[in-house]
Amino acid sequence: MSGPIPFSKRRYFPAILGLGSCAGAVLLVELLVYVELLNRFIIPPPSDVVAAFPRVILEEHVLSRFMLTAGEALAASVLVTIFGVAGGVLLYQFNLLRLATETWVAAIAAAPLVLMYPLYLVIFGRNATTIVMMGFTAGLAPIILKTLEGLAGTRRVLINVGRSFNLTPSQQFWKILFPAALPTIFVGMRLGLIFALINIVGVEYLINFGGLGQLINELAERFDIAGTYAAICFVIVVSIIVFMLTERLERWLRPAG
Amino acid sequence: MAETGRLTAPARARRWVQAHPVTTLRIVIIVAVLLVWEGLARSGWLYRDVVPSWVAIGRALVVTLSDATFYWHLYTTFYEIGWAMVIGGVSGLAVGILLGGSKLMQRAYEPLLYYLGPCPKIIFFPVMIMWFGVGPGSKIAMGAISCFFPVALNVAGGMREIDKVLIRVGRSFRANTWQMVTKVYMPAMRHPIINGVRLGLGVCLIGTLLAETKLSNAGVGFLVIQSYTLFNMPHMYSLLIVLFVIAIGANALIGKLGGLDQIRRS
Repeated sequence: MSGPIPFSKRRYFPAILGLGSCAGAVLLVELLVYVELLNRFIIPPPSDVVAAFPRVILEEHVLSRFMLTAGEALAASVLVTIFGVAGGVLLYQFNLLRLATETWVAAIAAAPLVLMYPLYLVIFGRNATTIVMMGFTAGLAPIILKTLEGLAGTRRVLINVGRSFNLTPSQQFWKILFPAALPTIFVGMRLGLIFALINIVGVEYLINFGGLGQLINELAERFDIAGTYAAICFVIVVSIIVFMLTERLERWLRPAG
Repeated sequence: MAETGRLTAPARARRWVQAHPVTTLRIVIIVAVLLVWEGLARSGWLYRDVVPSWVAIGRALVVTLSDATFYWHLYTTFYEIGWAMVIGGVSGLAVGILLGGSKLMQRAYEPLLYYLGPCPKIIFFPVMIMWFGVGPGSKIAMGAISCFFPVALNVAGGMREIDKVLIRVGRSFRANTWQMVTKVYMPAMRHPIINGVRLGLGVCLIGTLLAETKLSNAGVGFLVIQSYTLFNMPHMYSLLIVLFVIAIGANALIGKLGGLDQIRRS
């Protein structure tokens, strides 16, 4: 008969350890601020940050700001999906075009495109279009590359089955290639959405316009330190939730085995 | 050879096009983009100078590259990025080795890094300004935070993929922790480390330059936002071209030096 499992071997111990360490670090900061080893005008006590949450949520209209950022992210995601998937399909259909431009698309994916935001400010003005277009630009290349990868990675046997049924090129695409490539395309869409969201919040902060990014900038400019930290925590929580949701969706779409 | 010599120029060109279709298409695309751009610049459909002529951009590029102050700003940016890469890279490497070396540490702390990694790091900039001031310190901190996550996650993943035989060999020679890290872990994780550094450099560059555009009086990011403020669009385009060439070139160079291109081919 084996004895009871020690606490350190329990399934939830690592999660408790990780979250417990974070809580310990927060308490340590609280203590260090309390004994004035840390300057409370630079690092506010975590209790002040927690207390600032209701104020920031109610007085700074966080819900409407969140909806604005979410709307921008949604618009950028729709654009990125339409143009990215279409671009990937185009490169798959025309092999010469793919050979000529695939490395360019990969290079664009590695370029710091977000630095083009002053250019977009000039072209589109200081409004939501600039933010959406910035998100679109940042998220486009990963979707093109992943769509191409998904279509090119379709198993030969599936394509041969389609041919044996004398499918037209259109049927072959919609009934064989596209469904087979869908999980990989979704990986690209997830990457594109994350890139778009990062850039959208970043540009909102930089140009002081829009939703959650602007909120952080405004609170920092007002020198509302506890509020700034609370807003940063809020954005982190939102991005973690979005990341987890897209991850769940991706797992759900991925074929079993 | 003799037959080629008898061909007329158009026939030779046709044969070259048939022999190099990819290069030909690339040239066609570049020429088409340049022509459309130039047409747009001269059409007057957009506000003047929003899409400047290639001639103006080329002239601005020459002026930028022959200006000594540009190199001082470039040096400032490189200085910030260099320190950010050292701080973020070394701490990412250490954390990655710690997480990859222990199952408990991995399960306790890696999810935190994994979910914090994709957050937009620029939102930490107000805090970095409070902690490190408006000088290069806050930009270095922004770059270091950006760089830390990809390096740590790649190294942790790489640690788990090290051949267990190599670790057993190290232990059988009674290697101490430092020797295990330098003689076994690091050489075996060369590719994940290089890949992490490559990804880290990309985001470090973005973090540092964005911080420079927000609040700075030096660096290429500052020059970009200054040309926006002065509406000197050809200068802005020339700076963006230089930055993109540097970023893409550095990315390709690290991949090549680390042998990442060979992994993909094999």
